[in-house]
Amino acid sequence: MLFTSYEFLFFVLITCVLYYIIPKKWQWMLLLLASYVFYFLAGASFLPYIFVTTVSTYLVARKITSLQQSTSLYVKEHKEELSREEKKEYKAKAKKKQWHWLLFCLLFNLGILAVVKYTNFAISNVNAVLTVFGSKTTLSFVDLVLPLGISFYTFQSMGYIIDVYRGKYEAEKNPLRFALFVSFFPQLVQGPISRFDDLAQSLYKEHAFEFAKISLGLQRVLWGYFKKMVIADRMLIAVNELIQNPDQYKGAYVFAGMLFYALELYADFTGGIDITIGIAEILGIRVTENFHRPYFSKNIKEYWNRWHMTMGSWFTDYIFYPISVCQPMLKFSRFSRAHFGEFIGKRMPVYLSSFVVWFTTGIWHGASWNFIVWGLGNFVVIMISQELEPLYRRFHEKFPKAEGAFAFKVFRVVRTILLMSSLRMFDCYRNVPLTFRMFGSMFTTWNWKVIFDGSMLKLGLDAKDYIILFAGMLLMLTVSLIQRSGSVRGKIRTLSVPVRTILWYGLFLVVLLFGAYGVGYDASQFIYNQF
Amino acid sequence: MNELLDILQELHPEIDFETHEALIDKKVLDSFDIVTLISEINNEFDVAIPAEEIIPDNFNSAKALWALVQRLLDEE
Repeated sequence: MLFTSYEFLFFVLITCVLYYIIPKKWQWMLLLLASYVFYFLAGASFLPYIFVTTVSTYLVARKITSLQQSTSLYVKEHKEELSREEKKEYKAKAKKKQWHWLLFCLLFNLGILAVVKYTNFAISNVNAVLTVFGSKTTLSFVDLVLPLGISFYTFQSMGYIIDVYRGKYEAEKNPLRFALFVSFFPQLVQGPISRFDDLAQSLYKEHAFEFAKISLGLQRVLWGYFKKMVIADRMLIAVNELIQNPDQYKGAYVFAGMLFYALELYADFTGGIDITIGIAEILGIRVTENFHRPYFSKNIKEYWNRWHMTMGSWFTDYIFYPISVCQPMLKFSRFSRAHFGEFIGKRMPVYLSSFVVWFTTGIWHGASWNFIVWGLGNFVVIMISQELEPLYRRFHEKFPKAEGAFAFKVFRVVRTILLMSSLRMFDCYRNVPLTFRMFGSMFTTWNWKVIFDGSMLKLGLDAKDYIILFAGMLLMLTVSLIQRSGSVRGKIRTLSVPVRTILWYGLFLVVLLFGAYGVGYDASQFIYNQF
Repeated sequence: MNELLDILQELHPEIDFETHEALIDKKVLDSFDIVTLISEINNEFDVAIPAEEIIPDNFNSAKALWALVQRLLDEE
């Protein structure tokens, strides 16, 4: 059941109506039921996976909390008898037990994710190695179900269990409430990856019917559909034509395709998140924002703090920090300082941890070398920009006016967009060598006239489509610019009733009239659903 | 405290760490800075700051960070 299907709209409508007519204390239970119905309709075979992750995480989290409570109680009760060392030793032993439980839970659930998502990728690599060594036997691929949203709900659950282990909060006592945290349907298939302490209370609270909130939620949903159906799905037609026929479309076509894909992905993913957050708002639930105008970033590091923010902060908190500040890493850093000098020793924790983070980020996005190379490409660019920072600092000391200059700001934004778009080419083409070839063709095939000679009108889009895309892009840009000084919906609310009615109904009509339907059109799946 | 201020100053010479109270909230320190800082603190004071202590409250000011270092040293 796609977000863009009529079935989904009907499902949300029924859920919302029931949500506000049943007694408030049952609202969260209705959401749990709705979430499992949603997931069942997405694929009945997916259910056992989410169920197993929910149960195992719930039980282990309860176990860890109970160990933490019994440890504190024991130390408190034996405060006088135990020496400082004995207390320390007792706590360390208890922590070790908790660590074993945590490790079991992580390995079990990430193991499920790894098996369903990466088995065939591993087999294809083994087969490639076998072929290189002249073997005629190859391993057969296995037919495994990849449950929708497994990467999202697994990461959300693992974040929860790590937080419980760290003592950030106690484990949820009610298994059904915890099940809702894992499966909350608007964010189940493409995030955001929420934290328990951000989402849970809002999920379980009783919510009264408030017209203003519901209207704001509907506006956000509408804006999401506009981005998805008017822009992303229209752009997709040209992107598919370009990337599926790489022999035909080289040089300037690749450059156009790269920018088209950047626009498509932005509209698709942020549109999907707008729909998610909007539906949650209709239900009175606050879901963490996932984007902060990423294309306005001045460099890639900043871009990654503003794009898919919940994933970025997940990797930072649960992979980057634990690896970079763990004892072996600190020891290795000291060793490197002693043997290779301050310059290298200092950088070791950041470099090694970032490498792991970007490798993992790449493979999280998909089981293919394209995504791994994409991840490592980001790593290389970020590290280069990190090393160039003193140079930038000197530049700004020498030219202090540059920082505030409009032209310089535009230059940085364009640079970030071009860098990110180039790296994203790995998402598009079949394999890594082809991506490099296509990237190279931008500099070797000199056919820039195709941008203006009407060739772009042969990619499945006509002049009307380009006008709609251009207008849509301008509208998104305008909204982003206005957002810098506060909520756009909030500003619209201050306008007179006729003006805002025209605005919202106008947008509704635009989605109805210009949504990429057409003969035989099937609203495409959101790009991030497959991750 | 002075050694800690020196480490911080080397990371961002342009910031007055003695008075700044929102190093994380105002995004003065990013994740790379924090890791470099922890590695430097480990090198200078022989104390390891675990991942669970990496929260804004502990890194928002030099004073808070110094208090964290002192607490971890005491616990050792």
